[in-house]
Amino acid sequence: MHTSTVALMVAVFLASLVESVEALTIIVAAGISRGWRSALEGTAAGIGVLVVIIGALGPTLVYLVPIAVLRAVVGVMLLIFGLQWLRKAVLRAVGLKAKHDEDLIFDKQVKALSTAGATVNTKGRDTQAFVVAFKGTFLEGLEVAIIVLGLGGGAHDLAVASAAAGAAILLVTVVGFIVARHLSWVPENAMKTVVGLMLVSFGTFWGGEGLGIKWPGSDLAIPVLVGVYAVLTWLIVQLARPTNRSLAEEARSAA
Amino acid sequence: MPLDQDPTAPSLPVRMAKAFAMFWWDFLVGDTPEFFVGVLVIVGIVLLLVRAASLNSAAVVVFPGLVVVLLAGSALQARRSRR
Repeated sequence: MHTSTVALMVAVFLASLVESVEALTIIVAAGISRGWRSALEGTAAGIGVLVVIIGALGPTLVYLVPIAVLRAVVGVMLLIFGLQWLRKAVLRAVGLKAKHDEDLIFDKQVKALSTAGATVNTKGRDTQAFVVAFKGTFLEGLEVAIIVLGLGGGAHDLAVASAAAGAAILLVTVVGFIVARHLSWVPENAMKTVVGLMLVSFGTFWGGEGLGIKWPGSDLAIPVLVGVYAVLTWLIVQLARPTNRSLAEEARSAA
Repeated sequence: MPLDQDPTAPSLPVRMAKAFAMFWWDFLVGDTPEFFVGVLVIVGIVLLLVRAASLNSAAVVVFPGLVVVLLAGSALQARRSRR
């Protein structure tokens, strides 16, 4: 198996895992506080819309758009998206941004949904639970779809990308419902850092190829880029970490 | 038209188009417009290196280098603005 295929599978799997955990948090919160039937119907509707979007756009991207154009556009998008993830990871690592806490998000969702008024329609469906589950599934799923279409389309290997995403979603669905209320066991912040690194690396590689760069070692440049970005991101974390002096200054100004 | 419907409210296609545009705006620009602008500038510099000057080796180094500078600049700016 090619190095780029393995890297592609890992990147799509981890990104889909993170987004699926976020979607599951919302679905379980809606199910527990408002009823499972409406929450699961909302989830199914969200998945249905996503399947239509991927089915319509996937083959068009892979077979109709020239590969150089596709890689340049996908590369730029992945680069921007990956940089956003990596920036959040750096800010979390230095304590400037709160770590993503699924338990806290879950508790907030349950509280908000429990206190909302009754919204059951004539068919016995709880509109609130349906809409919350639909939006959670659709919005988080749309990010998965963009990653699958971007990485899969850029590699001209939509099947591998879809299989990796499907495996991640299946894993989260099975494990997630068993430990539904305790999603914080997932090392989400660490995974987000890895995904950010991989998105930026793929973005650089494909963006570069689309613009005409000939990378030394061809596909082997991808793991090299991941390694280089990992080391340099670690250096940025060290640079951005508040020093004892800056902490003392902050304490003085607060007092 | 139902009595409680606002006649000045935008139609469904307009609302959907707005929501679609908002999604892409949030996705690509959001609260880090420096990445959107910075990546476009990097693309321009790499294009010049590869196409106009035929400097492939320079582009191989400059591309990831500028990406790291962009990330560092954004993270350090976030630290400064917190104070």
